[in-house]
Amino acid sequence: MGDGSLAHMTPSEIRQDVEDGTATAAQRAKLPLLATDELDHLFDIFASPARFSSVDIGDEVVLTYDGTGVPQQGGRVDALYQTEQLFGADSCELYHADYSYRAVKTVVPYEQQQMKEAQQRVTIPVHYGAQPDLGRYSRPDGPVGNWSELLPAMRIDEARAAQEEAVEMAVADMVYVAEGMWEAGADGIDFDTCGAAGDADFLAALKAVETLRARHPDLGIEVGMAGEVVLGTHGQLEYKGVRLAGLKPEGQVQVAQKAGATVYGPAVNVNTGKSTAWNMARALTFVKPCMAVAEIPVHMNVGMGVGGVPMASYTPLDAVARCSRACVDVLRLDGL
Amino acid sequence: MGTGDIFGMAVAHAVASGMGGMRTTGDLVVRLQMTRGMKLKQAKAHVAQRLGVSSADLSDNVAMHELRGELRLGRIYEVEASCFTDPSPIEAKTRIARLLDIPINSVERFQESSARILK
Repeated sequence: MGDGSLAHMTPSEIRQDVEDGTATAAQRAKLPLLATDELDHLFDIFASPARFSSVDIGDEVVLTYDGTGVPQQGGRVDALYQTEQLFGADSCELYHADYSYRAVKTVVPYEQQQMKEAQQRVTIPVHYGAQPDLGRYSRPDGPVGNWSELLPAMRIDEARAAQEEAVEMAVADMVYVAEGMWEAGADGIDFDTCGAAGDADFLAALKAVETLRARHPDLGIEVGMAGEVVLGTHGQLEYKGVRLAGLKPEGQVQVAQKAGATVYGPAVNVNTGKSTAWNMARALTFVKPCMAVAEIPVHMNVGMGVGGVPMASYTPLDAVARCSRACVDVLRLDGL
Repeated sequence: MGTGDIFGMAVAHAVASGMGGMRTTGDLVVRLQMTRGMKLKQAKAHVAQRLGVSSADLSDNVAMHELRGELRLGRIYEVEASCFTDPSPIEAKTRIARLLDIPINSVERFQESSARILK
């Protein structure tokens, strides 16, 4: 299930769930349904009693990460080395526990030292990652007005002005951190959960990407999203003539590539009360249209609570494996 | 990818659909995606052509272990297959940069600072 609990389902219940999942997304977002052969394949994957499932030999994709390593592995650089040597990782990501560019800004020299060390010990590419986290710029944590308080009070203009002010501050912080990491040898920068605070949050990330691309043509830049639809907390913001509020993966990837990203990561949130088969069908329906217009690699977000994967810290192996395979098989992704 | 416990998330995805990193050639393919924005098929074809193998061979961990050893591209250490003469990460990345014809940031910075020392 979407909350990680084990559910016993009959084949007809699984078939019904994959059909309902795609129908829900199609109706909600005015998207085409998954094709019959795709639904058949999803059914086969989820109806199998096998403990594990995988893509066919030769169909493997590459993996990028938003955050690599856990405290049990020792120091952060030790964790990156272990990830390379023990987990078959194609790339890895150095990150700070406070996964926010605004927070990281205050410890950039320390992070640079870690990045330099990581580059000396690790052969696979090492990203640096954090979140735009626009909410941090609003009071009481930050200096600008709090749009979450201003909007319910119907002070719309003030809420919009606060977000616009926060965007400029966030762009400056993201560029500062990214350039610091580039200077220390980073292979790439990951802007994770873009749009988590709405359209202004996404705009800040796009503007940071644009600035970095202009200054550093060889810097890898991954734009990972927070959800299947960009929320319109501002509502009027545009990037190069495209209104950001309401953008789904198909629109998100187009603005990300226009800004200069080299990898795009769609995210579709999970309904914890529905089955994993239902959630997978819904997620694939949201992401499929973006594959036709993506000129850059698409690495779907498939961590806990997104991309069909259950919302559980200790995710069931059978569910993760099925989601992993389904994403690659149905969407022909470039990575996860 | 995303967050979760290592076994349930990172290991599960790596086994279910990952290329296997340095066990095969996943690190080379992902470098082309990140640096050049190449789609998977194109990136695999580029790596295969540079290595003189087919795209299908890229996920053959036994063949790639041998080839990476010959080309000094860095390999996974295994206690019964000591490879102490294998290159350091910076040396391996220098060779990867040449092989794929892409700049690698850490290599360029290392060469820059080494050049300053040698002067």
